[in-house]
Amino acid sequence: MSVLIFLETTDNQIKKSSLEALVYGRTIASRSGGSVTAVVAGNPSNLSEAASHGASSVMQISDSRFSQNDTQAFAEALSEAANQKSASLIVMAKSVFSDSIVPKLSSIWKAGAATNVVSLPESDANFSVKRSIFTGKAFEAMKLTSERKIVSIKKNAVAVSLAPAAGEVVAFQPSVSSKAFSIRTVSTEKATGEILLSDAEIVVSGGRGLKGPENWGLVTDLAKVLGAATGCSKPVSDLHWRPHHEHVGQTGIKVSPNLYIAIGISGAIQHVAGISSSKVIVAINKDPEAPIFKAATYGIVGDAFDVVPKLTQALRNSL
Amino acid sequence: MNILVCITSVPDTTSKISFSDNDTKFVSAGITFIIGPYDDYALARAVELKEAAGSGNITVFHVGEADSEPVIRKALAIGADDAVRVNSVAKDGYFVADQIAAYAKTKSFDLILMGKESIDFNSGIVHGLVGELLGIPSISPVMKLNINGNEATMEKEIEGGKETLQASLPLVLGCQEPIAEWKIPSMRGIMSARTKPLQVIEPTSFSSGLEFEKYELPTPRTNCKMISDSQVEELVTLLKSEAKVI
Ligand SMILES: Cc1cc2nc3c(=O)[nH]c(=O)nc-3n(C[C@H](O)[C@H](O)[C@H](O)COP(=O)(O)OP(=O)(O)OC[C@H]3O[C@@H](n4cnc5c(N)ncnc54)[C@H](O)[C@@H]3O)c2cc1C
Ligand SMILES: Nc1ncnc2c1ncn2[C@@H]1O[C@H](COP(=O)(O)O)[C@@H](O)[C@H]1O
Repeated sequence: MSVLIFLETTDNQIKKSSLEALVYGRTIASRSGGSVTAVVAGNPSNLSEAASHGASSVMQISDSRFSQNDTQAFAEALSEAANQKSASLIVMAKSVFSDSIVPKLSSIWKAGAATNVVSLPESDANFSVKRSIFTGKAFEAMKLTSERKIVSIKKNAVAVSLAPAAGEVVAFQPSVSSKAFSIRTVSTEKATGEILLSDAEIVVSGGRGLKGPENWGLVTDLAKVLGAATGCSKPVSDLHWRPHHEHVGQTGIKVSPNLYIAIGISGAIQHVAGISSSKVIVAINKDPEAPIFKAATYGIVGDAFDVVPKLTQALRNSL
Repeated sequence: MNILVCITSVPDTTSKISFSDNDTKFVSAGITFIIGPYDDYALARAVELKEAAGSGNITVFHVGEADSEPVIRKALAIGADDAVRVNSVAKDGYFVADQIAAYAKTKSFDLILMGKESIDFNSGIVHGLVGELLGIPSISPVMKLNINGNEATMEKEIEGGKETLQASLPLVLGCQEPIAEWKIPSMRGIMSARTKPLQVIEPTSFSSGLEFEKYELPTPRTNCKMISDSQVEELVTLLKSEAKVI
């Protein structure tokens, strides 16, 4: 089956999670000898990684209107690209952006969609995939029976591996309808140079145990040494100690990094739901009975104000 | 202003999830059901917008069986004027979107508000599908919403930040905090909710490209390895050589 992969960019870079989507799509295509095409807008500095991860062709959109990230325009463009390549599957990384593209694309391209997918399909004929549901508390196996299929995959669902392909880059000028670009962007506020929480390999998160925003240096120093993104519990963002977009959990961002470090976080079920698919969880909490230790791989019972600076220093010495 | 608010009835966020019948049925015994947290934000903002305008009507819409009526009554107690329940299990996002669009076509809503995502099925696609079915723009996740005449100004979350957008009504919006604070029904609200109209309609027939097979629970983590607070170097070693994550 021929596969089209949408590569999302941030800070002019193809996102890591999009490379995972590419590897996922390549794996399916290679089973049956289908083609692997990637679509990207703009000119990301790591464009060559598309080829090294297995895209034999990259369709590059240069139309500057696409820099607005209009989901309708992207949905129409992806549908057109998939038709050109006779693809029967479109794969993308799950993200705030792709969440809005998927339903539009599903309707325009007449395809069934499964979001939040964490496994490869059984086979092309039996396209049964596992989705994460109940906000990380369970999975469901479900089969996509439509002729055309769309899958958005959860971060860290597949291991990224190289499989260099020819990788020609071709210009792609999609023809978009009058519905595209009908929503006017007045302004954009985006942190640049920061590691995206949802895309991060390591996340350092702080809770109410840190007592106040003035103590956040503990979290950010540790994060800096590890090259990690920073997160927080819901009360912390409710109290405006940290920005809303850092709030992790059932009603916030769901993360699945390789390493999640929870500092002064009690481990309420709503918080744990958002981190449960992390590979390794480290908990630092002064209360040995805190439920976070039930979810953690490694735990330290101790005062964060004492333990975290020591940990940061130990890492600085050894990395 | 006429607003349609679509709500789910979902297990309370503290619920432990379990399955029966060979992992094909969700066990609802002992579970408290609530309005989906994101749907609850959407409802709260709808009530505020109506209050600010001094006129208008809020209809809550739900696809589900009769046992979700307490949740619908709660939405009425919070401030919706009437409710519609489609009498069917919500098979998947496509099915739900079809029901919403079919109903909305018979009325004229200025706004169709939803949660950005349900916390049971987590598909996050219903708002987008409804927008497509009705041929109107859909935007999600919306963190702020103001209406001025026929124009909406919204703040939308983007990765690592936010964007301010403008579009003309009608719109379909997927909502999330901090669009409004959750509202607690007042005693008067609860009393009046009992007599507000709740219409039950039958679903339109429909088939989607999805087939449910079975549920699965995540494998529990093995016991947490404890490290003394005077030996943080040991944690660094474990992360490097045992877990291999740094
Ligand atoms: C509908 C709903 C949805 C929710 N969604 C979310 C969500 O998405 N994400 C989320 O995080 N929460 C969510 N919550 C809130 C959740 O129930 C908890 O209240 C919250 O996670 C607790 O945050 P916390 O762990 O930072 O604070 P607390 O529960 O106050 O815990 C603080 C912890 O810090 C420890 N501590 C204190 N001092 C120190 C110190 N000096 N050193 C080390 N440790 C210390 C304490 O032992 C304690 O365990 C939700 C709640 C509801 C009702
Ligand atoms: N059964 C349902 N009845 C009414 N609205 C629903 C139903 N399921 C989902 N929705 C709405 O669609 C939003 C997104 O749901 P989902 O696509 O399942 O994540 C929810 O937050 C609700 O507002």
